Amino acid sequence: MGNEEAVFFSRLLTELTLSFHIIYATIGVGIPLMIFIAQWVGIKKQDEHYILLARRWTRGFVITVAVGVVTGTAIGLQLSLLWPNFMQLAGNVIALPLFMETFAFFFEAIFLGIYLYTWDRFKDQRKHMLLLIPVAIGASFSAVFITMVNAFMNTPQGFDLENGVLVNVKPLVAMFNPAMPTKVAHVLSTAYMTSAFILASVGAFRLLKGSNHVYHKKALFLTMKIGLIFSIASAVIGDFSGKYLAEYQPEKLAAYEWHFETEEGAPLILFGVLKDNHEVKYALEIPYALSILAHGDPYAEVIGLDQFSEDVIPPLYIHYLFDLMVTIGMVVAMVSLVYVVGTWLRRRFVNANWFLWIVFTTGPLAMLAIEAGWWLTEVGRQPWVLRGMMRTADAATTSNHVDSMLLLFTGLYLVLGVGSVIVLTRMFRKNPVEQELADRHGEGR
Amino acid sequence: MTYEVIGISVLWLFLFGYVIVASIDFGAGFFNAYSLLINKHHIISGIIQRYLSPVWEVTNVFLVFFFVGVVGFFPRTAFYYGTSLLVPASIAIVLLAIRGSYYAFTTYGELRHKGWTYLYGFSGLFIPASLSIVLTISEGGFITEDEAGLALDYWALFTSPLTWSIVVLSLTSVLYISAAFLTWYANKAKDHQATELLRKYALVWAFPAIITATGIIVELRTHNPVHFNRLVDLWFLFGISFVLFLGSVYLIWKRKNYGIAFTLLTGQFLVAFFAYGISHYPYLLYPYLTIYDSFTSEEMAVALIVAFIAGLGLLLPSLFLLLKLFLFNKDYVQGNR
Repeated sequence: MGNEEAVFFSRLLTELTLSFHIIYATIGVGIPLMIFIAQWVGIKKQDEHYILLARRWTRGFVITVAVGVVTGTAIGLQLSLLWPNFMQLAGNVIALPLFMETFAFFFEAIFLGIYLYTWDRFKDQRKHMLLLIPVAIGASFSAVFITMVNAFMNTPQGFDLENGVLVNVKPLVAMFNPAMPTKVAHVLSTAYMTSAFILASVGAFRLLKGSNHVYHKKALFLTMKIGLIFSIASAVIGDFSGKYLAEYQPEKLAAYEWHFETEEGAPLILFGVLKDNHEVKYALEIPYALSILAHGDPYAEVIGLDQFSEDVIPPLYIHYLFDLMVTIGMVVAMVSLVYVVGTWLRRRFVNANWFLWIVFTTGPLAMLAIEAGWWLTEVGRQPWVLRGMMRTADAATTSNHVDSMLLLFTGLYLVLGVGSVIVLTRMFRKNPVEQELADRHGEGR
Repeated sequence: MTYEVIGISVLWLFLFGYVIVASIDFGAGFFNAYSLLINKHHIISGIIQRYLSPVWEVTNVFLVFFFVGVVGFFPRTAFYYGTSLLVPASIAIVLLAIRGSYYAFTTYGELRHKGWTYLYGFSGLFIPASLSIVLTISEGGFITEDEAGLALDYWALFTSPLTWSIVVLSLTSVLYISAAFLTWYANKAKDHQATELLRKYALVWAFPAIITATGIIVELRTHNPVHFNRLVDLWFLFGISFVLFLGSVYLIWKRKNYGIAFTLLTGQFLVAFFAYGISHYPYLLYPYLTIYDSFTSEEMAVALIVAFIAGLGLLLPSLFLLLKLFLFNKDYVQGNR
């Protein structure tokens, strides 16, 4: 196997691991906050339904955390195993955020263990709720630190390059790079948003399956409200991301938008199909929108792909991923808005089956948008692993065994994916809310 | 002390932490599966579950901490070890993944099937074996470097007696450490049947562990004479370790002070582990890589050490809380809540 093949399979394996890990990681970042909110609302309203909600979410959360932990360990090691040249070069600079991520993870792991096994130890539920703060902080901060690493790969800074070695390293300058604020904010807000919609999907599904319990209605209303807030936040931050890209990675933005010619008052192209010779068909063109997205000014000049040589332009199919991500974001925001307003106005349709089916789709759709967004930003950085410094092809391992490792890990993720779905569904099907409420009252509560 | 030495000492300490907590974890899984096989499951499974449940996730972090730290302090290790270890490390990841997730699946998801217990228990023995290969490789002689890049010589690796000695040492130590710890834990829980059974396991595994440890020193004599001579210079440390070993076996044999016995055991492994580490100095990978020619920039080293101290300030109280709530909490240990 030549080196080209090793590069190809290394990319494929990294993509597979990350795509799988992101599902559990996103849930892992968002759910602790949801559990905290549920328990807080439960204590404030003296409503045991919300406490039970926190309890049941936690039980499912443990399963996803386990898969998140083991796949996170996998990607952590694969960074060095598959991209040894990259780590040798950049390890000098990204070590600090990587290290801090482990601390955050450590912190979360300790308190999650304590939280799980002290449900009935404290008479005062508020004490127990306090344990969730380090869990939620640890979960969010591991996302913050790891996203800093990714942001650094997009806008490397905080060092000098001498004879192929990074010297004069300033760790904090590297961590607080230009891509960091928008990336971190977008990752956090979309993780909260996606987790909220996934929990909303669960609630909607139970209602659709015939349970008419007020517990599910409370859960649905709470999660839809949270989902709405964070989808608006995500959209606003997405707008900032556009401005960041126009300034620091114009070739990425131009490839997202199929913006070929540098021009003033640039239109935004939505949807469409790319034909030969940069001809775009069936697209929806919004005049001046790209200039507004990029610079906040309808007449501003936006750099097009004509300013770059062929070999630094990312693949143009990422436009479809961009459309997918943005469209889903808009759709789920609308659904949650309609649901929340409809519930406030006590409209009947919010509890109708056809609408619940729509609500049910928000969770899976949001997760799809997460995947699309990551593929978009990662492929949009090609051909660089460190933008402007190291090409992906030069970073990969020279080992001859990457293809068989790809098979090994594909098998592993299949087993973990199927296993976690089976365990999660069994867990809740065997012990529905009605049953658990009855049991708890039986205990003399 | 230079930053390099501080860095490697910190990492070595964390690796030691992983060796102890992971040994308890792997051994516990094995004894759990083994007791199921010989129909003694009812005696010890309760004790093992009660210990493992709150700490299984923390165990994993020690390992992540170590390998992230190594690449942070010594980025060139990523090049040498990363390139050559693709296959053994990937296998270890897969085994760890199966263990971690099935632990959660069975404990919280109530996926009660004997098959999983066996899978969980026996996979635990392969992980120390696949991870200890790193120690073998670090002695040199298994990696070749030419124009095509680095390659691991699997034939040399699998036919070397050194490899197998290290694998056997890791297995016997895992079982010994684990059994000694669980004896203490079961005794605290006032579970006499479990204590007796685990005490028997501890005594059974104590001598194979010490014999294979001695065997490695003999193997190194031919494999890496430089390292061997440095080991011999440190004979007094290994002497201290051996005395601690005798002390802990004596206490377990006499059925008293299991807590002190386990402390002595930890001391035994700590001294031997550091003596081994010091004798390996300054090499990370003999003869290609020393801690000096692979060190990160000074600014990053300072930042890492600052982050490390700040992190410990956060972690130590939290770990203490965890231990206080679950390990040293009488009611929890005895299963009352």
